[in-house]
Amino acid sequence: MLRILLLCLLMLAPICAPSSARADDAANEAVVALAGQNFDDIRRGVEALGVSGSPRAAAILGALQDGRLVLGADKQLFIKLPEGGYQAALTGEPAADPGSVRPVRVNNSIRRSVDAALGALRLFDASAATRASAAEAVFKSRDPAGIPALTRAIAAEKDSGVKRTMEQARAAALFAAGDASEADRLAAVATLRDRGDIDARALLSTLTNQPPSVVEAAAAAVKSIDFSLQLWSLLQSVYYGLSLGSVLLLAATGLAITFGVMGVINMAHGEMVMIGAYVTFVVQTIIRNHAPGLFGASLFFAVPLAFLVAGAIGVAIERSLIRWLYGRPLETLLATWGLSLLLQQAIRSIFGPTNQEVGTPAWMSGAMQLGGLSLTYNRLTIIVFAVLVLATLMAVLRYTSLGLRMRAVTQNRRMAAAMGIRTPWIDALTFGLGSGVAGMAGVALSQIDNVSPNLGQGYIIDSFMVVVFGGVGNLWGTAVGALTLGILNKFLEPVAGAVLAKIVVLVALILFIQRKPRGMFPLKGRAVEA
Amino acid sequence: MTIAKNWLTRRAMGALGLAAMAAAAIGSTPAQAQGTGTIKVGILHSLSGTMAISETTLKDVMLMLIEEQNKKGGLLGKKLEAVVVDPASNWPLFAEKARELISVQKVAAVFGCWTSVSRKSVLPVFEELNNILFYPVQYEGEESSKNVFYTGAAPNQQAIPAVDYLAENEKVQRWVLAGTDYVYPRTTNKILEAYLKSKGVKDEDIMINYTPFGHSDWQNIVASIKKFGSAGKKTAVVSTINGDANVPFYKELGNQGIKATDIPVVAFSVGEEELAGIDTKPLLGHLAAWNYFMSVDNADNKAFIAKWQAFTKNPKRVTNDPMEAHVIGFAMWVKAVEKAGTTDPTKVIDAMIGVAVPNLSGGFSAMMPNHHITKPVLIGEIQGNGQFNIVSQTPGLIVANEWSPYLEGSRDLIADWRSPMSCGNFNVKTGKCGGSAK
Repeated sequence: MLRILLLCLLMLAPICAPSSARADDAANEAVVALAGQNFDDIRRGVEALGVSGSPRAAAILGALQDGRLVLGADKQLFIKLPEGGYQAALTGEPAADPGSVRPVRVNNSIRRSVDAALGALRLFDASAATRASAAEAVFKSRDPAGIPALTRAIAAEKDSGVKRTMEQARAAALFAAGDASEADRLAAVATLRDRGDIDARALLSTLTNQPPSVVEAAAAAVKSIDFSLQLWSLLQSVYYGLSLGSVLLLAATGLAITFGVMGVINMAHGEMVMIGAYVTFVVQTIIRNHAPGLFGASLFFAVPLAFLVAGAIGVAIERSLIRWLYGRPLETLLATWGLSLLLQQAIRSIFGPTNQEVGTPAWMSGAMQLGGLSLTYNRLTIIVFAVLVLATLMAVLRYTSLGLRMRAVTQNRRMAAAMGIRTPWIDALTFGLGSGVAGMAGVALSQIDNVSPNLGQGYIIDSFMVVVFGGVGNLWGTAVGALTLGILNKFLEPVAGAVLAKIVVLVALILFIQRKPRGMFPLKGRAVEA
Repeated sequence: MTIAKNWLTRRAMGALGLAAMAAAAIGSTPAQAQGTGTIKVGILHSLSGTMAISETTLKDVMLMLIEEQNKKGGLLGKKLEAVVVDPASNWPLFAEKARELISVQKVAAVFGCWTSVSRKSVLPVFEELNNILFYPVQYEGEESSKNVFYTGAAPNQQAIPAVDYLAENEKVQRWVLAGTDYVYPRTTNKILEAYLKSKGVKDEDIMINYTPFGHSDWQNIVASIKKFGSAGKKTAVVSTINGDANVPFYKELGNQGIKATDIPVVAFSVGEEELAGIDTKPLLGHLAAWNYFMSVDNADNKAFIAKWQAFTKNPKRVTNDPMEAHVIGFAMWVKAVEKAGTTDPTKVIDAMIGVAVPNLSGGFSAMMPNHHITKPVLIGEIQGNGQFNIVSQTPGLIVANEWSPYLEGSRDLIADWRSPMSCGNFNVKTGKCGGSAK
């Protein structure tokens, strides 16, 4: 006996450590499958690797998820390192450059398997964020095989938020486990009911093969989730409305000055917005090429630059074209419309007719969960930005001497001139200010819309609508008008559909203008009558 | 009826191609090559306005093809001359410019149009003046004109195979049909709805949503798609959303965290050109169905891409499906003219049927009697670099159903422009030409 043991120790160490040897074999087999051509084989390879217990599994699957798992000439698998260079997939040792490689083929079902397998493997990761997303992946895969690992992970978990997600994941997987007791199942229903989101509802509403008491509890849970979801969806619609309103407000603020304050029907307003968006594109291109580290801050450079560029173009337009046309609205309309076509074609000739890619900085991507509300960061930023722009503009008009002169000129031009104000210059600066604000709007719109020569066209009608509806010449009116139209639109859309909602809003607006031709907040006083 | 019936084998197509080539060789007798003048080719694509974004590229590819043909010695011993006009995304102007091309410029054929409404606008002009239009974009079908050759896909060459792919590979049971509100999405969705129902999909598992052109605020529509997809059955979105509206749509999908592994979106109007304007990393795995992708791995395609990038002097310039359609259409026209020995439209129209040329997906496309071409259908998943990873390809070529078998009224119609039938809407029930689609 002793001799056998000794023999074993001396010569057959691998047999005595069967678990690790088996893991290596399984991993080897799985990796061969990964090198195949057939999607089904690759998927089976992923699944096998996930449960192989090999210490390299997480690294290999992680590389596959990022598209860094590549095949060399002789079907050897390598991991391409993010910092450059290669590593042999199975051993993790640095490898020489394998020459021509192609990535392992992936489709959606493989991606799903990778997510699920990685979720199970990363439950014990050092980073809490990774553990949370791992638990979320297991929640989606609902694989009862993961329950023991989850139980261990829950026991070891310190972070309460991650722990909750893990418990939810275990609850989701539990329904498919044959040996779970009725009490456990009822507890799982309660856990999911507390989660209360759309995924929990989906899971609870589609349970099969459960004891009657569980089915009953699930039905009650679905009902309660439905109720709270409905409440949240109302709030969500308000947020959508605010967000659309803020976009309209941004687009219309500049027009509120050129059209509202100066009375110029500026059909080229949308093109100022478009120019702002192209400025963003140029700024980002320069930053990408020369200082990639600053990319996150690119919009902060773009905003003032867009203001200056669009503002300068605005001043040039006023000096060269519009000043000859004051008091002739029809000619102004035609001339600025022609100008808008001119600007569009100019941009098309310089940058080409196709969309330009404007990147979204990382801090503006994704969404934040606030109870049942999901607030997308880019929209949130735009709401804040719109408020800031409006507040700044009001402060400029109210508290600066330039603002004072602008108001003086628009209220009584001859009196202002008599007081020594150079009215032509104030006209030019006011138009420049309106155009500059439109340019800043373009920076924001580049984050949610196409950056193409047609960008402005989509906003010109809406902008006029907002300004007329709010009351010409009144910035508060523009703000209230934009938000009202935004929220109205978003509440109508689910009921009537996007096309009909737009029509209903337009018809309602026409009727409103019939009743109150000067909009919601008309200016009063002698200046208006003149 | 099953689609399988319509699949021709590659070998059969190859044989047809050889036969056509032989015919072409016999037909082009040098006696016909007369004089030194030029042959004019009209290019009718918008270079300004909303559609310039898509159509300018097609104008450029035509100029490249014509230049290339001239380097090979022209056609029938004459040089080709491109006549470019700009219909400015203005549908009535399309008809005027088409008339100008045919009556004033005396072009031999026209390559042009993108939207269905522009095609409908020029159709009477081409029929009245008896000229030829090559239409390179996927469209809703339900049409066949003697004077038009449709080199883009009909619904059964794009939409239906895509839906089949999702149903088989992703086990999708619930469908969102989302489109822009105009004729192509409406007709395509009508066909898809009828098709899905014929496959046993229930009414409550189909959601249809239309949005206006250039729709930019997708927040609650994407949220409602998310909600529709949480009913416990695998859900997919079939998108016929057009042009400008796509970028904000995909951005919103990314923002609300809808991944292709949860709810895949398969698009029929999103190609390499459209993706060039978006950061595609959040879109990883969403799908598109086309008859050609830039990532098709074969020597012909590589050569074409190299030529195109050299022609545009832009090493990053992408290629797309409608471009390939023009490549096929132009090669077919050249072949038919050589076969007929003249550019006279009547003779060329007759010579076109049966002509087969290599397509860029590795095979031959042939002009069928219904004036549509045979095509392979490819399904691609969007990758991080703006290209498509081809995950499925039909084993053979698919013949277009210009009249959809899934729509009431068009079910009994066929088009066959060979004599003696020579009819675009022959009703097989009544045995008469001119059966209406309504």
